[in-house]
Amino acid sequence: MAQSGTFGFCRDCMTPRTNSARRCIKCGSPRKAEHPELNELSIAHIDCDAFFASVEKRDNPDIRDKPVIVGGGKRGVVSTCCYIARTYGVRSAMPAFKAMELCPDAVVIKPDGEKYARVGRQVRAMMEELTPSVEPISIDEAFLDLSGTEKLHKDTPARTLAKFAKRVEDEVGISVSVGLSYCKYLAKIASDFEKPRGFSVIGKAEALSFLADKPVKMIWGVGPSFERTLHSDGIKLIGQLQEMDEGTLMKRYGTMGQRLFNLSRGIDHRTIKQRGAAKSVSHETTFNEDHATADVLVPVLRALSEKVSARLKQKNIAGRTIVLKLKDKEFKSITRNKQLSDPTQLADRIFRTAMTMLEKEINGTKYRLLGVGVSDFADSQRADPLDLIDIDGTRRAEMERAMDKLRGKFGDRAVETGYTFGTGSRGKPKRKEND
Amino acid sequence: MRVTLERANLLKSLNHVHRVVERRNTIPILSNVLLNAEGASLEMKATDLDLEITEATPAQIEQAGATTVPAHLLYDIVRKLPDGSEVMLSVDPEGSTMTVASGRSNFKLQCLPQSDFPQLAAGEFSHTFRLDSATMRRLIERTQFAISTEETRYYLNGIFIHSAENDGKIVLRAVATDGHRLARCETEAPDGSENMPGIIIPRKTVGELQKLVDNPDVAVIIELSDSKIRMTIGAVVLTSKLIDGTFPDYQRVIPQGNDKAMQVERKTFTDAVDRVSTVSSERGRAVKLALSDGTLTLSVNNPDSGSATEELAVSYDADPMEIGFNARYLLDIANQLSGSDVKFLLADAGSPTLIEDTNDALALYVLMPMRV
Repeated sequence: MAQSGTFGFCRDCMTPRTNSARRCIKCGSPRKAEHPELNELSIAHIDCDAFFASVEKRDNPDIRDKPVIVGGGKRGVVSTCCYIARTYGVRSAMPAFKAMELCPDAVVIKPDGEKYARVGRQVRAMMEELTPSVEPISIDEAFLDLSGTEKLHKDTPARTLAKFAKRVEDEVGISVSVGLSYCKYLAKIASDFEKPRGFSVIGKAEALSFLADKPVKMIWGVGPSFERTLHSDGIKLIGQLQEMDEGTLMKRYGTMGQRLFNLSRGIDHRTIKQRGAAKSVSHETTFNEDHATADVLVPVLRALSEKVSARLKQKNIAGRTIVLKLKDKEFKSITRNKQLSDPTQLADRIFRTAMTMLEKEINGTKYRLLGVGVSDFADSQRADPLDLIDIDGTRRAEMERAMDKLRGKFGDRAVETGYTFGTGSRGKPKRKEND
Repeated sequence: MRVTLERANLLKSLNHVHRVVERRNTIPILSNVLLNAEGASLEMKATDLDLEITEATPAQIEQAGATTVPAHLLYDIVRKLPDGSEVMLSVDPEGSTMTVASGRSNFKLQCLPQSDFPQLAAGEFSHTFRLDSATMRRLIERTQFAISTEETRYYLNGIFIHSAENDGKIVLRAVATDGHRLARCETEAPDGSENMPGIIIPRKTVGELQKLVDNPDVAVIIELSDSKIRMTIGAVVLTSKLIDGTFPDYQRVIPQGNDKAMQVERKTFTDAVDRVSTVSSERGRAVKLALSDGTLTLSVNNPDSGSATEELAVSYDADPMEIGFNARYLLDIANQLSGSDVKFLLADAGSPTLIEDTNDALALYVLMPMRV
């Protein structure tokens, strides 16, 4: 992809490269960025490499050279695996037991969501120093539009991005891959190309030929089932789509046809949008064993309600609909929701409302997952109004505010309700030594 | 069954009973109205299993009998028939269809057997008393707006009617609250109501009852059993389940020691509240009342759109204070008042406020402030 061209620089020392030597004349590094359109492109996709695993390796040098899997306990799935683990065939979203079969020596680490969120925010903040147009897709990846930032950074977008990647390695201690192009679609494809520590560029001139021999599933929006449809219609490569006209594609596949037409030609007009506010706040947890009884489910529900409430309070928002989510041992999901007369951000109301829904579902069914969420946001000014009749509720609300103050001072478990007292993380039964 | 009657009579009665029938029903018979021709009248009955309305209207009975037909359909047909016409209802010998004939119009409706129609057994009535329509109407209208819709506190989903003592007199009292506001209205206790148990009449029943008490000359006869209430208003008999719950001890939330009195002309006040709340993004946002000697300043601040203030001359001589209320609740209450003034009795920004009707000492309202 990176053809020998006029523009390029060394990604380690930023020295411009003019010849086609394999290594930088100044620092000897083979890592370079080179492309004829390098100075014209400004849409980037940045993706942290094996994010959770990289953070764990950064914090524990002993596991740096070992295969690392970040994922959930005895069951559950691989959230992230490091590149060493990937050589054994381990992939994200793979059931944990299967990953252990493939790679019995792997170091398995329980995910520490808060830590990753902290690191993710740190990286996000650094992105936002590059440009205000940052569109986060998840905790560890985002689109950036660097158009018009040359004067600010006194450098081209490409060089700014390379410097950014180096800065993340130096300051945060994890690596990122950068994809640079003229549209989101190709930037995303590019960032995936040289992982880890990649820096790939796809220019306008090569878009058509670059895409031509790629499988149709590389088109954004083509999932396994649509891929089957296309295959049964004899379309396997993006190049075949490039030869078809828009009308035919739209007649056959509706609006998706239009997308196939555009994306197969590298046409993507989506702009980089700063993400709007969240629509719901929720927490869920998967148990090590399936549980059917209130003595286990209730403390977990209480702990999750408190987590949701803490997030709402931190963001100063409140919601009117409480959602309970359960997954039974056959992986069948059940969601129940209930509207409140007034928006809330109190753990007590979230818990009590979810509890009335949970009671109806405790019927002997064994559940593997329990979650609770709040949606339908409203102004926090209107949250939890004073109530004439519910004097106990008012007292519990006051108690909760007092507990929040204590927790703010002395830590999250400084004071807790009897529901969660003595339980493990997220209200789950404490793990046994051999668990 | 074969009857003939005036369209006007049929329409009036159907209008009363058909509203009980829910538009969507999983049990087909509940979509139907029961027609029963006997003696010199046609009786109509509709139910949703919680509430039942029966009304009889004069009719010429050629052949007595009973059947059930879709209530809304029959009502719509009769409604569209010309004024002053006569309607003949006749059921075929098999009992499967009913013909509605009037002039040159002819309709055939599918019937369901009347034996399938559910009966709301009222049981033994232990208490009976009478109220005149106007009083019943007043008790409902003063309190209805405060009924809660919150499912979790189902015992607030109706009007609580009970017998109470006020200033040494026994009164019949209606109370409704949703936790944010409370409305209480009372009347001299009618004979027979003194020992009645406290009952909670569900919202839907209250709504239907309100529409039935439009004739001031007709008294309402109220009968109570353990779990049901029956109200007879002329030819209409309404039987309803009561809400099986305990209404909270509302007396303790009615403030006693509120000493800061503010009185303001009602129309001026409601107009001003309505005006300043225009800048609110959604109905129900807080309006702030700042009180100082002789002046009330209303203000609304909406970070998304702007702010508004308006000053009113009021009678107030206590210490200056600020308090916030839900604008809609303020208007709801002010609109119930009959006097030309509104009287507020306030304590502080975090405590319930009492609102009185200067023209009706028998009604009072409590409003919980909002944090502003």
